[in-house]
Amino acid sequence: MALLELDGIAKHFGAIEALKGVDMRLEGGEVVGLMGDNGAGKSTLVKIIAGNFPPSEGEIRMGGAVKNFHKPVDARAEGIEVVYQDLALCNNLTAAANVFLGRELKRRLGPFRILDYPAMYARAAELFKELKSETRPRDLVKQMSGGQRQAVAIARTRLTDARIVLMDEPTAAISVRQVAEVLDLIRRLKDQGIAVVLISHRMPDVFAVSDRVVVMRRGAKVADKPIARTSPEEVTGLITGAIRTA
Amino acid sequence: MLTQSTATPTVASHAAVEEVTHLRERSLRQKMLTSQSFWVTVAVLAIIIVMTLYQPAAFASADNFFNITRNFAFIGIMALGMTAVILTGGIDLSVGSIMGLVGVVCGLLLQAGHHWALAIGAALLAGAAAGAANGVLIAYVGLPSFVVTLGMLSIARSLAIVLSQNKIIYQLGPYGDAFDAIGGGDMLGVANPVWLLVVMALVFGYVFNFTAWGRYLFAIGGNENASRLTGVPVKRIKLEAYVVSGVTAAIASVMIVGWQGSAINALGTGYELRVIASTVIGGASLIGGEGGAFGAVMGAALIEVIRNSLLMAGVDSNWQGTFVGLFIVLAVLLQRIRQRPAE
Ligand SMILES: Nc1ncnc2c1ncn2[C@@H]1O[C@H](COP(=O)(O)OP(=O)(O)OP(=O)(O)O)[C@@H](O)[C@H]1O
Ligand SMILES: [Mg+2]
Repeated sequence: MALLELDGIAKHFGAIEALKGVDMRLEGGEVVGLMGDNGAGKSTLVKIIAGNFPPSEGEIRMGGAVKNFHKPVDARAEGIEVVYQDLALCNNLTAAANVFLGRELKRRLGPFRILDYPAMYARAAELFKELKSETRPRDLVKQMSGGQRQAVAIARTRLTDARIVLMDEPTAAISVRQVAEVLDLIRRLKDQGIAVVLISHRMPDVFAVSDRVVVMRRGAKVADKPIARTSPEEVTGLITGAIRTA
Repeated sequence: MLTQSTATPTVASHAAVEEVTHLRERSLRQKMLTSQSFWVTVAVLAIIIVMTLYQPAAFASADNFFNITRNFAFIGIMALGMTAVILTGGIDLSVGSIMGLVGVVCGLLLQAGHHWALAIGAALLAGAAAGAANGVLIAYVGLPSFVVTLGMLSIARSLAIVLSQNKIIYQLGPYGDAFDAIGGGDMLGVANPVWLLVVMALVFGYVFNFTAWGRYLFAIGGNENASRLTGVPVKRIKLEAYVVSGVTAAIASVMIVGWQGSAINALGTGYELRVIASTVIGGASLIGGEGGAFGAVMGAALIEVIRNSLLMAGVDSNWQGTFVGLFIVLAVLLQRIRQRPAE
C-alpha cells in the first residue's frame, strides 16, 4: 500500500481548470521530482496534498485510508510538511518565531505556560546549522536575504518527524553551496524513509536527487517515469509540449 | 544527465546578494533606540521636566499628578485592548460607543437596586458581547473591520440612548456608593483606575510577549495567510481580539461611571479616536504586526500630558486636538523612517 495515493485529483478555480484527473503514488523513502511549466498546476497539487484547499474531484489516500484534509494542520498531523513557494513567512517576526509558528515550545512558570524563547532559539540555531545556513534565529525575517528566508521555511519542516516533505521550489533563491545542502538534506530525508516531492525548474537538481520524475502540463500529468529511463531532453520536451506523453 | 554547470551562472548572483545584505543580530540598545515607545517615553519625560521647571507649583503638584494619571487611565485601559486588535491588522471604531452602552447598562442595574457585582458582571458581558458581534462578522464572515465596527459604533450608541430613554442616570441605588468607590476611589495617593491600568498593562505586556496567543496576534498582522498555513487558528484569535477590546472598553466604562457617579448615554463619544491615537503614537502600526502594551499606555500618557500642559500654559484647551493630530501624523512618519532599511 502506498504511503500517499492521489486518485483523479481535479481542481477548478471558477472557470480555470488548474488540475485535471491527476493520479500519483508516493512510497516512503522515495524522491519525486515534479516538473512543469509556469501555471502547470504544480503548486496547486502541493496545496491540495497539504490541506490548503480540498480537491474539486478525486481522493487522497494514505496507507489505503481516505483522507479529507480540512485545514493545513490536518495534513501536518499526518506527517505532511511543506515548503511553500512563497515561503509563508511573517516578516515582522524573528527567524525562530517563524520556524515555530503554530507549534511554539512552552515551559511552565508557576501556573502559567510561557513561550520558551531560549529553547526555540537553540533549536532553530541547530536547524540552521544543519542546513549550513547563515541565518540567525533572532534576526527579523524582513531583514533577511532570499536564501536565509528559504532556510527558515525549510527549517520548519524539520521540527517533527515528517513522513512526507513537499518542497515547492526550495532552491529558487539560494546560493550554489546551499543548493547542495538542500539536495543533501533531501538525500538524508530519503535515507530516513521520508518521501519527498521536489518541485523545481532546475533540471540538474531534479536529476541529482530524484528517483522518479513527474511532468505536468496544463493541469494534467503527462509523464511519470523512473529517472533512469528518461533524460533532461525528454523532460524538457514534455514540459514544453514538444513531446506529448511518455 | 545534465551537469551542474548549466545552473551555476544564475545562482552565482544570488550568492553575492547574500554577502551584501550582511546583517548583525539586533542588540538590546539598538532595539530600544528604534522602538517608538522609547521615544514617546522620552517625549513625556521631556514635557514633564519642562513643565516642572516652568510651573513648579501648579504642574508638579500631587493633585495634578493624580488628575493627569487618572484622566489617561481610562484611555490607556482601552488602548491595551485596541492594541490586540490593531496587532492583527484590524481596527475597532466601536469602543467609545461600547463604553456608552455599558455605562447605561451599569446605571440601569444599579438604579434598579441590584448589587454592584452584578452590574460589573453585566457590564463585562455586554462589552464582550458587542466585541464578539464585531469579531464574528470580521473573522468568520470576512467583512472589513472598519465597516463592521463603524456599524457597531452606531448601533451601540443608539442602544445606549434607547435603553436610557435619553436620560442621565443619577440614582445608582443602594449599591451605588460601593460602585462609586471602585472607580472613584484611590489607594496610596493614586486613583484606582490608574492602579488598574498598571496591573492590566503588565498582564497585556505578558500576554503579548510570552504567550502563544500574543505571538499569534503579531503573526496574523504580519502575514495572515502564512499564519493560517502554519496552523495558527486565525479566525478564533481575531474573534478573541475584538472580544478583548470590547471587554477593556467595558472595564474603562465601569471605572469612569464609578468616578463620575452617574451614567450618561453620551459617555465615551469620540473616545475611539483618542484610543486609536494612543496606540499609534505608542508605536502600533495600523497595517498590523507591530505595537505593544507599554507603547499604548505611553501614547495615552503623552496625549494627556500635552492637554494638561496646554491648560497650565494658559493655551486654549481646544488646541489639544491640533496637537494630538500632529502627534499622530508624526508617529506614523517616525514609523516610516524607522522601517526604511538603514544604509
Ligand atoms: N487561488 C487561485 N485562484 C484562481 N486561480 C488559481 C489559484 N491558484 C492557482 N490558480 C491557477 O491555477 C493554475 C495553476 O497554478 P499553479 O500555481 O499550480 O502553477 P505552478 O505549476 O505552480 O506554476 P509556477 O511554476 O509558476 O509556480 C494557474 O493557471 C493559476 O492561475
Ligand atoms: Mg508554483
